[in-house]
Amino acid sequence: MTAARTVAPLLEARAVSFHRQDEPVFVPLDFQLHTGELALVEGDNGSGKTTLLRMLAGLLHLGAGELLWRGEALQRDLCAGDILFLGHQLGLKADLSPRENLRVATGLHGTRDGTDIASLLAEIGLRGYEDEPVRRLSAGQKKRAALARLAMLPATLWLLDEPYANLDRAGIALVNDMLERHTGAGGAAMVTSHGMVSFHGGEPRRIRMHG
Amino acid sequence: MSRPSLTTACAAMLRRDLTLAWRRRGDIAMPVLYALIVTMLFPFALGPEDTLLQRIAGGVVLVTVLLAMLLALDAMFASDIEDGSLEQLVLAPQPLALMLGMKILAHWLTIALPLIVISPLMAALLHLPAPVIPVLLLALLLATPLLSLLGAVLVALTVGTRRSGMLLALMLLPLCVPAVIFAAGAVAAAQQGLPWLAPISWLGAALVLAVVLAPLACAAALRIALDS
Repeated sequence: MTAARTVAPLLEARAVSFHRQDEPVFVPLDFQLHTGELALVEGDNGSGKTTLLRMLAGLLHLGAGELLWRGEALQRDLCAGDILFLGHQLGLKADLSPRENLRVATGLHGTRDGTDIASLLAEIGLRGYEDEPVRRLSAGQKKRAALARLAMLPATLWLLDEPYANLDRAGIALVNDMLERHTGAGGAAMVTSHGMVSFHGGEPRRIRMHG
Repeated sequence: MSRPSLTTACAAMLRRDLTLAWRRRGDIAMPVLYALIVTMLFPFALGPEDTLLQRIAGGVVLVTVLLAMLLALDAMFASDIEDGSLEQLVLAPQPLALMLGMKILAHWLTIALPLIVISPLMAALLHLPAPVIPVLLLALLLATPLLSLLGAVLVALTVGTRRSGMLLALMLLPLCVPAVIFAAGAVAAAQQGLPWLAPISWLGAALVLAVVLAPLACAAALRIALDS
């Protein structure tokens, strides 16, 4: 056992499941996620990947089982803002520009140390589109604007539902790069995807879902 | 890592909703035009008789403002649910009730305030005596936020149902009865030269209660709506 393993995991699930109309959506899950780790949630369509992430984020109630945050029972008030969720709906206002959307997010969450909106938007591939309403951006550019929020806000755990959807090859590389930097800086992430994640920072932990 | 203060977060939220309303400022004009046109219909329907119009003026202005607000009410949370902003708001490290309170405030500023601004014109169309107009304004200043708050709770409860606009009207209008009675009562009392402070105080008390409770109820209802 290495020293890292004696530290309580960032997030631990014990026999976690979710029921919809008394039917379990997925088979009870056990997993641990440590800081610096990336977990890949795999499963077929309808196997409950999105449901799992929404439940971990706190949007859905815990169906059964137990969730531990840093070794103690997870309390939403204590870890609010420490968990970021990016789902199919990106949470961007179509009438605001990427810059204005980021300003709202940082107004609510605060800013990650050493980031600023202008350079981040340029880095993420939205140079020249900073002040364009999100409505006029392409699907991939919208996704990038939503990814900028992840990079901008201070948080430990990222829950990303299909972060690669709509992105071109450079965008996919960008997501991998962001994940690497986030886990390298002591963060952790759970990602649902249908494969094709080329993560350089070691083999990601895999969580297999069964409907 | 420090979280922004509540003031910063409230300011960010208020600024966001006001900017969004400004980007769609055509939508702000619509309830105002609606209220003006409805008020103008009364003299046409009832005849230009001064005493009759004067007697009904206060009530007509109040009910018209109420109906105009109802038109814009069901849009309060709809776009935020559609684009996922509400999910992000629920996950933000700020009290959800307070953030929703800011949304309701922004909604009141963009929908009800323009109506209050044109209400003296509406009152003048119906020959309401000028000395009564300050009382009418005071009644509207207290009654409209009350309606926004009550409406917000009902909108939060009916999100996700189809044809929620009609359902909303059916649910909200009965709840408005006390507000209409007290507001119209104050205006009628002022018109007859009677003391009008009591009904205004009742409105104020109801508003204080709603300011405290409605955002909490909204937050609970929206959390339930997302949790499915």
